Amino acid sequence: MIPGAFEYHRPESVDAAVKLLAELGEDSRVIAGGHSLIPMMKLRMADMSHLIDLQKIGDLKGIRVDGGTVTIGAMTTQHELIENAALQDAAPIMREAALQIADPQVRYVGTIGGNVANGDPGNDMPGLMQCLDATFTLVGPDGERQVAARDFYEAAYFTARTDEEILTAISFTAPKGGYAYEKQKRKIGDYATAAAAVLLSKDGDRCSAASIAMTNLSDTPVYSADAGAALTGSPLDDQAIKTAVAAALNDIEPAEDNRGPVAFKIHVAGVILRRAIERAWSRA
Amino acid sequence: MAKTHLKMTVNGQEVETLAEPRELLIHVLRERLGIKGPHIGCETSHCGACTVDMDGKSVKSCTVFAAQAEGADITTVEGLGDPDNLHVLQEMFREHHGLQCGFCTPGMIIRAHRLLLENPNPSEEDVRFGMAGNLCRCTGYQNIVKAILAAAAEMNAAKEAAQ
Ligand SMILES: Cc1cc2nc3c(=O)[nH]c(=O)nc-3n(C[C@H](O)[C@H](O)[C@H](O)COP(=O)(O)OP(=O)(O)OC[C@H]3O[C@@H](n4cnc5c(N)ncnc54)[C@H](O)[C@@H]3O)c2cc1C
Ligand code: FES
Ligand code: FES
Repeated sequence: MIPGAFEYHRPESVDAAVKLLAELGEDSRVIAGGHSLIPMMKLRMADMSHLIDLQKIGDLKGIRVDGGTVTIGAMTTQHELIENAALQDAAPIMREAALQIADPQVRYVGTIGGNVANGDPGNDMPGLMQCLDATFTLVGPDGERQVAARDFYEAAYFTARTDEEILTAISFTAPKGGYAYEKQKRKIGDYATAAAAVLLSKDGDRCSAASIAMTNLSDTPVYSADAGAALTGSPLDDQAIKTAVAAALNDIEPAEDNRGPVAFKIHVAGVILRRAIERAWSRA
Repeated sequence: MAKTHLKMTVNGQEVETLAEPRELLIHVLRERLGIKGPHIGCETSHCGACTVDMDGKSVKSCTVFAAQAEGADITTVEGLGDPDNLHVLQEMFREHHGLQCGFCTPGMIIRAHRLLLENPNPSEEDVRFGMAGNLCRCTGYQNIVKAILAAAAEMNAAKEAAQ
């Protein structure tokens, strides 16, 4: 399991990293925690001449909660998401999801930026980012731009980020109401068979707003506007949940793999989404 | 590909070696530095036998490039104790039969070390959750959990006695 050879770079600013990416061209890639990239390189499914390590760039680290807006630097690790008290107050769904990613060792080094930039449908953060309606900040040779998480994913490993751009931060408005991230996996350290992120607001005994996204059930994360609409305005009774689940299942397109055939995945997706809706409602 | 000079602190000592950037940290430790505590179980980031403590984090050294470790402060099981002077965790693994073949043990112990630094009073569930990145094919985990809980109790008692 020896990866191909590469030259290693460790720039100390975003500008220097962007410059290196542009200079070295398409055979170069950034490396964050390396816990998606290194396994791919060991399997020789990825082969790069240059790796640009982001570990020394202080500007890419840290979590800020500011007047209801949460901003998280790309190099913030999953472990740091779990330990951060301000984030737990502002958006407890982040910790709930991060705790279900991989195992302790992976969470110490895996970053939120790597998780959302990777484009692997198995990653848990992209679906959650769509549920939160997060925005990604990208910096390239022509400056900075913002892309909505709901517009970012094009196909497996294809995103709106161009090769010369670095994802520097994610941000979202701190959610209100009830929340849940539910994930079915075969064992610790496994990617989801199905997972669902749900945010619900309650007004009296009715649901006043709902956001629903799902993980690893298509070649991109799936934000289901129809599922959310089915709950909004409803008393969140069994009928409303059934309608919402049916709408979400209509939006997914799972593929058969070693986690099971398509029919099984659709079944699991329905069970997991119902659990997530019920738990979010109990917390709303 | 050209080798580069790699400087790290390993078990409190500054070391320097030549390595290719693509070499995995586990190979640098075992083959270039002769530190054979961390083991290679799967080499696919799943088993945790290669776990070392790096800059205050438990990491799988089969999933770190040598170049990323430049400047890092690394502790392996060798840095915790030696045969004449066992670390409490090593002592408790022995006393509670926390191992059978012993292949997973160096990774278990260095991971448990970081876990207890972060959470000196773990519940059984905390230990099981915190050790979830380390696989053992022999013990069924029961005695590993017991050993770690016993080590936590010993360390806390020693701390109290010192006060
Ligand atoms: C055993 C194991 C189990 C795992 N289980 C899960 C799981 O259940 N759920 C889950 O979500 N993940 C899982 N992962 C993946 C893990 O969370 C990764 O750490 C994460 O997907 C990628 O983050 P990274 O920092 O390691 O990125 P890297 O591996 O360094 O990078 C991944 C990709 O993103 C690019 N990239 C990274 N950062 C940036 C940036 N700032 N700007 C632009 N491009 C960037 C890289 O060039 C690369 O193509 C698992 C990994 C392992 C080894
Ligand atoms: S050898 Fe590194 S995780 Fe198994
Ligand atoms: S004691 Fe044999 S693998 Fe754990």
